[in-house]
Amino acid sequence: MIHDFTYLKPGTLREALSMLADHKDECKVICGGQSLLIVMRQGLLVTDYLIDIKGLKELSYINYDEKEGFKIGATTTHRTIETSEMIEQKCPVLVAVEKRLASIQVRNWGTIGGNLAHGDSSGDLAPTLIALDAKIKLSSAKGSRTIPLEEFYTGLFETALNKDELVVEIQIPPLRAKTATAYKKFNLIENDQAIVGVAAAVTIDQKGACKDARVVLSNAGVTPIRAKNAEKVLIGKKLADTLLVKAGEAASGDAGPVSDIHGSEEYRRHLVKVLTKRMVEQAWDQATHS
Amino acid sequence: MKKQLLRLTVNGQEYELYISPKTLLVEVIRDHIGLTGTKRGCETVSCGACTVMIEDMAVKSCSILAVQAEGRHITTVEGLEKNGKLAPMQKAFLDHGSYQCGFCTAGMLMSCEALLKENPAPTKDEIREGIEGNICRCTGYNSIVRAVEAVAKGNYKEE
Repeated sequence: MIHDFTYLKPGTLREALSMLADHKDECKVICGGQSLLIVMRQGLLVTDYLIDIKGLKELSYINYDEKEGFKIGATTTHRTIETSEMIEQKCPVLVAVEKRLASIQVRNWGTIGGNLAHGDSSGDLAPTLIALDAKIKLSSAKGSRTIPLEEFYTGLFETALNKDELVVEIQIPPLRAKTATAYKKFNLIENDQAIVGVAAAVTIDQKGACKDARVVLSNAGVTPIRAKNAEKVLIGKKLADTLLVKAGEAASGDAGPVSDIHGSEEYRRHLVKVLTKRMVEQAWDQATHS
Repeated sequence: MKKQLLRLTVNGQEYELYISPKTLLVEVIRDHIGLTGTKRGCETVSCGACTVMIEDMAVKSCSILAVQAEGRHITTVEGLEKNGKLAPMQKAFLDHGSYQCGFCTAGMLMSCEALLKENPAPTKDEIREGIEGNICRCTGYNSIVRAVEAVAKGNYKEE
């Protein structure tokens, strides 16, 4: 049963930010609502005002620039990203992740901004985008700020978003040379949410050694987690099976999973170990051949 | 809570309704307009029984506020037939036995319709991807895939 609320539908971003400023203590923003309406129906979220930004066309865009990379507007749907030729060409991992995200119906209506702002640590996009070193732009009536997406997640369904701020844009820097990113989630039903997921980005140098690595875990803690010890294991080394095993073990130690109906803590740590090994290997291989 | 005016088009017919903003699209379709072909299943965006089309796009009507469909064209399973004749996809489902209990059928039909609108000649894998958001607990997926293949091949003409 959804509790009553007053519905507000801004026609422009400016109007949306002014509504947020007016109702910041008693409002919630809805976009596609594919996650939000579930928690509202369960009574976990009650709000006096609901500000609907789904219709804000000015935030629906995918722009690409060789220098600055991608800028994706918050109300861009998953399906628009999945079917974007530009993203397929320049950032194929994002298309691969979108294809395995929920279902076509959800991707048709749900948006990238809503997905990220919801702050579910079992999401697929956040770890992938953090591995891609993405930033998120937040706006309020007072101005805008852009922060690394990694810093956006502060706790269980908690984000760095202030009460009067709105997620307006996701920025992905151009992929560096000899770099590739891979993401895989483990689940029992394909396209279901991750029991555990691992994103790995690997940059190799001219000698074939790992120059830079980012390993990010999904559903292995209350937020997406950077497995920094795993990254340290990899940087400066050449590819070897023993190295991958060590990186997996380090990532497993970096994880902070809980036990729930989908898997025990021990099981999740094991999955992190295996998936880290596989994703680093896959990214490494793609970076070598890029 | 104050009701508000909602204007939308369902199966080609325009409707003006006064609804509470918390009303879901599936509730407007079933309870306010009275088209009960669309089913309420899991209500957690998982099962796909409530699938309808907004314009030509399959969506789950259990997880969209009706007010978000303001001014849009909705097609439900009742909108597939033309002049009292079943649509090709419906005939193909009948011929291939693409249902047992029938609860998923309305949603399946809408996902299959939306798939063919976007991709008129899908492969078997693409058909399976097209119905990934629809769960059939009688496990009739193979017969559904066969029905869609038959329609895509042109074995069923619109009457």
